[in-house]
Amino acid sequence: MDKRVDAETMFRLNGRDVRLAPRVGERLSEALRERLGARDVKVGCNAGDCGACTVLVDGAPVCACLMPAQQAAGAEVETLAGLVAREPLAADLARRFEGQGAAQCGICTPGMMVSAVALLREAPRPSEGEVMDALGGVLCRCTGYRKIIDAVMGRAPGAVVDADGHMGAAIEKLDGRVKVTGAERFGDDVATADALVIKVIRSPHAHARFVLGDLDGFATREGVEAVLTASDVPGVNLFGTIPGFVDQPVFAEGVARFRGEAVAAVVGTAEVMAQFDPARFPVEWEVLPDVQGMAEAMADGAPQLHVARAGNVMCGGFVAHGDVGAALERAHVVAEGEFETGFVEHAYIEPEAGFAQVVEGRVEVHACTQAPVMDLDTLEQVLGMERARIRVVPTATGGGFGSKLDVSVQPFLAIAALKTGRPVRITYERTESMQSTTKRHPSRMNVRIGADAEGRISGLRFDGIFNTGAYASWGPTVANRVPVHASGPYAVADYRAEAKGIHTHCPPSGAFRGFGVPQAAVAQESLFDELADRLGIDRLEFRIRNALANGVPTVCGQVFAQGVGIRACLEALRPAWQAERAKAAQVNAGDGPVRRGVGVAAGWYGCGNTSLPNPSTIKAGVRADGRIVLHQGAADIGQGANTVIAQIFATALGVPVSRLDLVGGDTDVTPDAGKTSASRQTFVSGNAARLAGEALRAQILQRVNAGEDAVIVPGEGGVEVREGARAERIELATLETDAEGYVMRVAESYDPPTKPLDANGQGEPYAQFGYAAHLCVLEVDTKLGTVKPVKFVAAHDVGHAVNPLLIEGQVEGGIAQGMGMALMEEYLPGRTENLHDYLIPTVGDMPPVETLIIEEPDAHGPYGAKGLGEHVLIPTAPSVLNAIRDATGVQMRRLPVTPGRLKAAMGEAGHA
Amino acid sequence: MSQIEYFAPGDLGEALDILSRGGVRPVAGGTDFYPGLSAGGPRESLLDLTRIDGLRGIARQDGGWRIGAATRWSDVVRADLPPAFDGLRAAAREVGSVQIQNAGTVAGNLVNGSPAADGVPPLLALGAEVEIASAEGRRVVPLERFIMGVRQVDLAPGEMVVALHLPEPPEGARGAFSKLGSRAYLVISIVMVGVVIARDGAGRIDHARVAVGACSPVARRLPALEAALVGTVGDVAVTAAHLEPLSPIDDVRGSGAYRLEAVAELIGRVVRQANGESCDG
Ligand SMILES: Cc1cc2nc3c(=O)[nH]c(=O)nc-3n(C[C@H](O)[C@H](O)[C@H](O)COP(=O)(O)OP(=O)(O)OC[C@H]3O[C@@H](n4cnc5c(N)ncnc54)[C@H](O)[C@@H]3O)c2cc1C
Repeated sequence: MDKRVDAETMFRLNGRDVRLAPRVGERLSEALRERLGARDVKVGCNAGDCGACTVLVDGAPVCACLMPAQQAAGAEVETLAGLVAREPLAADLARRFEGQGAAQCGICTPGMMVSAVALLREAPRPSEGEVMDALGGVLCRCTGYRKIIDAVMGRAPGAVVDADGHMGAAIEKLDGRVKVTGAERFGDDVATADALVIKVIRSPHAHARFVLGDLDGFATREGVEAVLTASDVPGVNLFGTIPGFVDQPVFAEGVARFRGEAVAAVVGTAEVMAQFDPARFPVEWEVLPDVQGMAEAMADGAPQLHVARAGNVMCGGFVAHGDVGAALERAHVVAEGEFETGFVEHAYIEPEAGFAQVVEGRVEVHACTQAPVMDLDTLEQVLGMERARIRVVPTATGGGFGSKLDVSVQPFLAIAALKTGRPVRITYERTESMQSTTKRHPSRMNVRIGADAEGRISGLRFDGIFNTGAYASWGPTVANRVPVHASGPYAVADYRAEAKGIHTHCPPSGAFRGFGVPQAAVAQESLFDELADRLGIDRLEFRIRNALANGVPTVCGQVFAQGVGIRACLEALRPAWQAERAKAAQVNAGDGPVRRGVGVAAGWYGCGNTSLPNPSTIKAGVRADGRIVLHQGAADIGQGANTVIAQIFATALGVPVSRLDLVGGDTDVTPDAGKTSASRQTFVSGNAARLAGEALRAQILQRVNAGEDAVIVPGEGGVEVREGARAERIELATLETDAEGYVMRVAESYDPPTKPLDANGQGEPYAQFGYAAHLCVLEVDTKLGTVKPVKFVAAHDVGHAVNPLLIEGQVEGGIAQGMGMALMEEYLPGRTENLHDYLIPTVGDMPPVETLIIEEPDAHGPYGAKGLGEHVLIPTAPSVLNAIRDATGVQMRRLPVTPGRLKAAMGEAGHA
Repeated sequence: MSQIEYFAPGDLGEALDILSRGGVRPVAGGTDFYPGLSAGGPRESLLDLTRIDGLRGIARQDGGWRIGAATRWSDVVRADLPPAFDGLRAAAREVGSVQIQNAGTVAGNLVNGSPAADGVPPLLALGAEVEIASAEGRRVVPLERFIMGVRQVDLAPGEMVVALHLPEPPEGARGAFSKLGSRAYLVISIVMVGVVIARDGAGRIDHARVAVGACSPVARRLPALEAALVGTVGDVAVTAAHLEPLSPIDDVRGSGAYRLEAVAELIGRVVRQANGESCDG
């Protein structure tokens, strides 16, 4: 007799007996999350590639997404929430994670910590190698892994205990606790149990005409509640990010322009949708010729993506200064080359997800995002609905890096909720996320740089084209940013740079940490090494000699009287440069196949929008009970805005940061702090927070007529103000309460001062730049072409470090991404659409990073602070390439440098 | 839609009965099954192999070794095995990640039929045979013949793999394995090499098995190279003729030409490693 497992499955979950009746084929992860409420188990890929869903089954870490739920029958299943609550070792690990800043966005944290618990049970004092082996199956895209390693090994915490937590204090993240206990709620964690499920139908072709079949018949057959198509979009069926370039349909109409483009969506109950196969959806495709590469797209007779954009050129950016032709002519040496980079996928571990419902005639969208108010702007247009009837509530965001600036799930959620009148949810599959959301622009760059005999730059010409895919997204920003930055942070008097965005039938390229600047830096910094070598000048000294300085015009003719910190960054690398070069020479003295190389590269990045208004508003209030509430609308996607903005506000107000209650970017109650992009939050929202803190301080002091230097001591039901021997208490209950429950309230805005760029790109694009220089040490196995980074030293001018621990976290995470871009990451539509084939660095790929914080205060920054989020990866890839060249003599001009490509290039260069 | 079921029998006879009725898909660790599952879930009933008595574990058995089909990669890592199995153990440590090793099984790796299956080269080098059972009976085929092509294995409907059988390796034989990939963990091999080598009293090789994966539709042994190694101390230069059985393709992980170049280098290193020399060059 067959003894099939009872339809009921029983096991122990975190020490309690549970029973459930899973579907055949149901994954343990789904059963845990949806049937048993264990939403601390995160699902990042449903394929075992990311490890976020790691749980312990009878003590052994496994991916819950790969285990049939029934297979757990009789087992002891443990998840992060249960471990931290029940096991001292796990609770201790949670504190260590907080103390190291080992959780940034927090989406991989459950997988990391659960895996680490299994290790620590067996090896309480693991070696670094053991930690790597234990965590090798969990991907993290934020931290660069080093702080996670430190936490698991129990190294001394990076955070300090500081009663005030003001500017400069390396305090733990204020929102860190929920990330290490499993309580954090991301886009997929907020839906109600009765929510309908949305699945998007996508084009399998890069370019195709399509006709939808009998949708009513389909809906009846499948038993689904609704089918959504372009005709269900109540407002304008378009979204985008830049005025004049709003060109992407929510649902394609008749023609799909990239593989993965949405053409319809199906909405049904969770039970029905679990068995739904999109292959049954009635749609007929007629495949049309497509262009994937830029050369093809620009060729005569190529299919045109958008009528108004002739030759598939979306738009361009241009900067000219001095006379580049003459300067190159008179240069002593000229280096030139063509460089190519590919699509890079953001690969945050949290796929796009959210939930929506209609509440009293208003639609509420809860989703992960980098820009809640931009989401609201888009929904207003797409829904054709009064703004006041839409509410956007950001959930925790499991990584963004630029891609979650664009809407993804939001229009589907809102339209489905309005059409069905029921709560709805959606979570992208990993492949769907990779196919349909934005990428880093592939680039082809031709660059010529001259230098005089003394090693001063004499002319730099940059011509780049950038594959912007089927729709504009942030492509125009890339086209504008690149020419402004392609000189690098150097004094380049004679300059001409042009960048163009080219449409192809590829997924839209958009914002990704650096907006095209990391690509440009690859070309410019590689050629700098070549110039230095040809002139016989030390590569670092060559850069120092050409470093931009206060009072020296940038390529846009902008002159900063203060705050230019690149020279200090480069000089800070000098000791490591000399020591590491000497060490490499020793290593290379032997004749083994492994050669060590040391590379250096620099970068700069203007914080905030390029010559465009870019305000942030920060609101705060005091409640009658004495609570001080900070409406912190700057989306924290793991980078730490919740902590940094609060630290700045607390400094200005003069109270300990621990006294603040934070409210997030809910558009009903929190004003617009702008988008989390362009490294602007610390600078722009930070200034708004400073102004808000100062305004609230002034209000409080004014009430008791106290002077500037008085001390504010918040307390229960009152605020005490102390000045010398005098102490006055403001009884808050006696004050009038406003509609939001505040007895005192402030809202302050800041918009960075910039000036427009003229036809030659001359003007004042940014109020501040941040500066960076990286040094990379690596080893090349010359027989196999493999590259192993050994160490990075990173010098960053942050103006004034708000929180040094978070700065290190940004630097390490940025370096991991830059290293991935240099060595392994390449998104190929149709081929690397999952995390199995698209490789990002694992814990074992990430070497130690030494972060050198440089503080060259900026007059515009809050207390001198500058932005950092993007600077952290701009110099990384070129520093890796320069180290490879140092080790092998080969200059790699195409990314990523896979072992096969490096080996081939070495072969051409005459290496054995 | 006809009702599908989840079966988790405790003994092999029962499992084979269920399998004989058709419309049933075996699942062990699920690590290949789930990533390959199409939207809408399974269309067949599932047969969970993990509860079948005697299907999991490694044991010494008349003149050789038996690896049960449901033996997980982490079981291989932990098993007490002679040095000839060092290559298999090294491969086990490199299958995906700890999570994958704690679920994925040795037989699943073979049945999945991927050219890049890390288990295959070391098992070929160990001379593995595959024991197959159905309600009708049992048969044993050499691993070389069991895997017939990309995603093609010698299993008829109603059959499943129950175990691998490995002959006792020669006295003093040592195994080694090396995998080349673009990152440290969770990586599909660009190429990998498994060897088992034994020496005579004078240190000359008297038994050599060299198998290469990800360079042909099915991992291959290199008989000419094996023959050339015998009688030497291992210092054989790998030639194109030795690599003749290989036919690597170009894909996102590397070109065919690169694979050939890399595999020649890797073989030298793995042979030296099996010699107890350092492996980094
Ligand atoms: C993230 C990730 C990383 C991976 N990394 C690697 C890697 O580095 N190297 C590598 O080689 N593989 C890797 N794999 C693939 C996989 O883990 C291995 O192939 C594993 O050994 C498969 O075993 P399983 O028990 O999980 O198979 P399952 O998924 O349970 O089954 C696989 C197939 O075999 C069939 N099957 C299983 N057992 C039997 C049996 N006894 N008889 C008949 N049919 C059977 C099933 O029906 C199914 O078709 C990886 C997989 C993932 C998800």
